[in-house]
Amino acid sequence: MLKNLCQKMFGRSLWVYHANSGGCNGCDIEVLNALTPYYDAERFGIKLVGSPRHADVMLCQGPAMRSTALALKRAYDAMPAPKLVFAIGSCACGGGVWFDSYSVIGPIEKIIPVSYYIPGCPPRPEAIIYGVAVALGLVDKKVVPVEFKEPELAIPRYHPDELRGSGELVTYEKAAKI
Amino acid sequence: MSLLSKIQETLLCLKAGRVTLPYPAQPQSAPERFRGRPIFDATKCIGCAGCANNCPAREILIFDVSQEIRVLQYLGRHCTYCGRCAEVCPEKAITMSRDFENATNTISDLGQRLELFMSTCQRCGRCFKSPSALDELKMKGYRFDDIENERWIFRSQSRLEGDPVVDDVLIELD
Repeated sequence: MLKNLCQKMFGRSLWVYHANSGGCNGCDIEVLNALTPYYDAERFGIKLVGSPRHADVMLCQGPAMRSTALALKRAYDAMPAPKLVFAIGSCACGGGVWFDSYSVIGPIEKIIPVSYYIPGCPPRPEAIIYGVAVALGLVDKKVVPVEFKEPELAIPRYHPDELRGSGELVTYEKAAKI
Repeated sequence: MSLLSKIQETLLCLKAGRVTLPYPAQPQSAPERFRGRPIFDATKCIGCAGCANNCPAREILIFDVSQEIRVLQYLGRHCTYCGRCAEVCPEKAITMSRDFENATNTISDLGQRLELFMSTCQRCGRCFKSPSALDELKMKGYRFDDIENERWIFRSQSRLEGDPVVDDVLIELD
């Protein structure tokens, strides 16, 4: 009984570790803003810890750079086993604006496996809280890939062999689409 | 005296209310000028590739399958939401929505892909002003971006087949 109550009360409280591997500090400020009493992420049990050995979740900002990729990998390996990685910001999700420059390796998913992506440059604090809520199962994710195809192409092609005259009216038997 | 001040403080605290946002329980909308995820309207898009040429993050890829079909792909992963694509679009087919709840566990959820029908002028094909020399260098004839590797390709570089484009930088990890 007490165990069940404890699991219900204390389960899923994520301790987060805040790793910046070469970002511009914009996403760092938004993450710290999400931890302030105005947004109050601590009501979900989220707490900022200083060491990856205490953490369940790594919040990554910034792309994987040549100089910091090894440190990021070591910080990920230092976390205890059920671990989540959040890629926060466009740099961590896809490499950022300078994704093809010399010193940037790319998104952090090239170095460490990423569980959740929060795009934005920087994402709003609400967006970060929303991502955490998606991970906790409080809300459902909203984005779906959009694909549009022309149902059929607009120019019909007529063959004179297919013309059939019926009285004054001339009909095409089959109008083949290109 | 001190008791009175304590009571006064308590009354002030009762009046003060709460500042914490009840965010995931109640919806919260972004401010008016916030630029969120761009929405591509396929019915208005004419496939001019102005957005792809102006994107600072090279996020929008154009691939001409044939002369009639042009694939426009928005990746969504390193978009900085600057709004230049919406600004440059002549048909106002791109709108910057105020949609910020984009968190996902699959990065390909953020993409948008349009397959557009490009009708060509059947008479002479010379309806448009000829581009400048710099524009010709950038895009002449068809345009082929590398959609599989999700890379933007200049026309002057032919890196379509053979060369690995993404994995050209390898580092040693222990």
